[in-house]
Amino acid sequence: MEFGPDENQRLFDAALRGFLADRVTVDSRRAAAETGGDAALWRGLCGLGLAGLLVPEEHGGTGLGVFDAALAAEALGHAAAPTPFLGTAVLAPLALRLLGAKAQRDAWLPRLAGGEIRVAAAFGALAGTTGRCALRLEHGRLSGEVAGALEAAEATHALVALPREGMALVALDAAGVTVRPRRSVDRLRPLADLSFAAVPVEVLAGGDAGRVLDAGRVVLAAETLGAAQAMLGKAVAYAGERRQFGRAIGSFQAVKHACAEMAAALEPCRAFVWYAAHAQDRAEEEPEARMLAAHAKAHLDEVGREVARGATEVHGGMGFTELLGLPFWFKRILANRQLLGGPERCREEAAIAQGIAAA
Amino acid sequence: MDLTLSDRHRALQAEVRCFIARHGHLSPPVGGGGGRVRPDRRALDWQARLIEAGYAARFVPRAYGGHGAAPDVLEAAIIAEEFTRAGVSPGIQGQGIRMLVPTLLEVGSEEQRRRWIPPTIRGEVIWCQGYSEPEAGSDLASLRTRADVVDGRFVINGQKIWTSSAHFADMMFLLCRTEPDRPRHEGLSYLLVPMDAPGIEVRPLPTMTGHATFNEVFLTDVRVPLDAVVLGRGKGWQVANVTLRHERLLLGDAAKLAHRLHRLRGLLERTRVDGVPLIRMPHWRERLMRLQGEVLAMKCHQMRLLSEAARGQDSGLGLLVVKYAGTVLAWRLTALAVDALGDAGLPYEPHDDVAEDDEPTTWYADHMYDLGLIIGGGSSNIQKNIIAERGLGMPREPRPQGGA
Repeated sequence: MEFGPDENQRLFDAALRGFLADRVTVDSRRAAAETGGDAALWRGLCGLGLAGLLVPEEHGGTGLGVFDAALAAEALGHAAAPTPFLGTAVLAPLALRLLGAKAQRDAWLPRLAGGEIRVAAAFGALAGTTGRCALRLEHGRLSGEVAGALEAAEATHALVALPREGMALVALDAAGVTVRPRRSVDRLRPLADLSFAAVPVEVLAGGDAGRVLDAGRVVLAAETLGAAQAMLGKAVAYAGERRQFGRAIGSFQAVKHACAEMAAALEPCRAFVWYAAHAQDRAEEEPEARMLAAHAKAHLDEVGREVARGATEVHGGMGFTELLGLPFWFKRILANRQLLGGPERCREEAAIAQGIAAA
Repeated sequence: MDLTLSDRHRALQAEVRCFIARHGHLSPPVGGGGGRVRPDRRALDWQARLIEAGYAARFVPRAYGGHGAAPDVLEAAIIAEEFTRAGVSPGIQGQGIRMLVPTLLEVGSEEQRRRWIPPTIRGEVIWCQGYSEPEAGSDLASLRTRADVVDGRFVINGQKIWTSSAHFADMMFLLCRTEPDRPRHEGLSYLLVPMDAPGIEVRPLPTMTGHATFNEVFLTDVRVPLDAVVLGRGKGWQVANVTLRHERLLLGDAAKLAHRLHRLRGLLERTRVDGVPLIRMPHWRERLMRLQGEVLAMKCHQMRLLSEAARGQDSGLGLLVVKYAGTVLAWRLTALAVDALGDAGLPYEPHDDVAEDDEPTTWYADHMYDLGLIIGGGSSNIQKNIIAERGLGMPREPRPQGGA
């Protein structure tokens, strides 16, 4: 028994974190916030194999699982990396693996693994949305609109959850597709509103689309975990340096206790995310996989919010400004909470998964 | 991530299940709060059966009356989980067994181990802990109870407080000052004191639960031999820290949280307002689900700590947050329960034996008792200092003038 990452996973994690520490800086985040992305960073991450993490080896990927994706997401969150990941490296390959026919997997998975295509994700029809979502599929053609597609900047395709028929993979340069870019609170992860006029799509309808959503929720939870850990680490470091009343502010109990509260809430989340991710990788024999995914997302949304506030408060006025770059993490946590279903919806789905609430 | 058990551990799991199926009906009732009354005949017989089977005192060497298995945290976890799941008593859980025995195994003399461990693990000798004093709570090292050596014996004078079980305990492990001229942490000794020694007076200290749990203990010219000291004179602080480490682990038990959540769900299913079960109402369900998420996090966290302990890895911060996070969450579970019980839950009639309490009384008693657990064993505010200073490496509190 080994609860947690194994030796190989720890090595990969260290390599990824090392790469991100070199490559992602306050300035690179600022530049990406203006332009909506850092294409060179994504190419570098593809070089480390991130695009093909969940793509089976026979299709040119590394054939790893949601657990590995969660570890990567934690590292990306820790770095507040201006890069796509969830849509193109998690949801798209999983949708193909879980819902796609063999011909579809053969056609699309190698293109994902090589980083040749980049896939945005519009999950409003499955995860619930307060925005517009009116889609209909007729004779293999998609019409209607959906707001708030994730990771749409520089995406070549979109994975669109359908009301009943599973999911659709659609080329964003196809005739009849309109992409309206939207800047998000998280400037490093732009959104887009999509509309379709009888656009031919690849329908993936071979299984339970909910499992793709479950995995996406765990990966978002992992990313929020990483971002919150970074914020707490920054708060502790800042409190050790900043002096007032002749002492480091971190020697005052008010500040220490605030940090201790954050650590007490956050530290158990690591194991929770690991366990929920591991359950995704054995979802066929793990009856609690869906319940765990929904709870992990909701719990990290809540803990993330508290840490984002508390760590900013420890920084005082400096936390509120952009001088130290702290708002990048704050906004990543803020935005992740709303994606793929907020905590209230996730908890209700956790209740449904246990038979406590009616579907 | 590998959650599969080895063949050996799977075999143990099957063996425990078989034992519980065969003998579980002999278990005494499972009470909350731990050690409020002296174990009765049924509890002592059950304890003997558990030791024989290797499910109590499993890792205590045979020379001291234990089962003598090689220490294995996974084995301990498997056994605890099976007993919790079956609602069967895991044996006597007093401060003697959970705290003193591991302390003696770590730092006691051979003579002390042989004399005290066998009757303690059998539940025949009950211990209480003599640490806190009216003027020495969180600042334990300032304690004033002193033991002077007179005619080749320690003569103890002072007062202890918050002493659970003192009204029926046979022995006390006592922290007192024996070297008044040394710096305060180096002047303490850890003594093993019989509670029937002349000069000991126990007065019950009523607490908000209404159960008799706490006492004040007054010591006046209490004489004990010099070999009652553990590890040696002036080493008391070191010994007390060994004991406290065992206590903190005891107070953040995730299996208890999971069991309580399960009871809470049942309560929300059974309790109705205007004919509608609470669990069918979204606001009650939301509160339950929120707590379930937190319990799951602690449950997973405990698995992580267990796995790290099995590898001999120091979990650092991970371990330091357990007492604080676990006790606060345990209390918050009871808070939802008392809300769900509503006005009909207010009649409160505690019995001395917790197992005799009705359901509302049990929840209210837990709600109040668990507030005591947040405070005891290193209060929540002290825990936060420890998490910040030792876990996060934040600057230490400036020492008061003149302190050591």
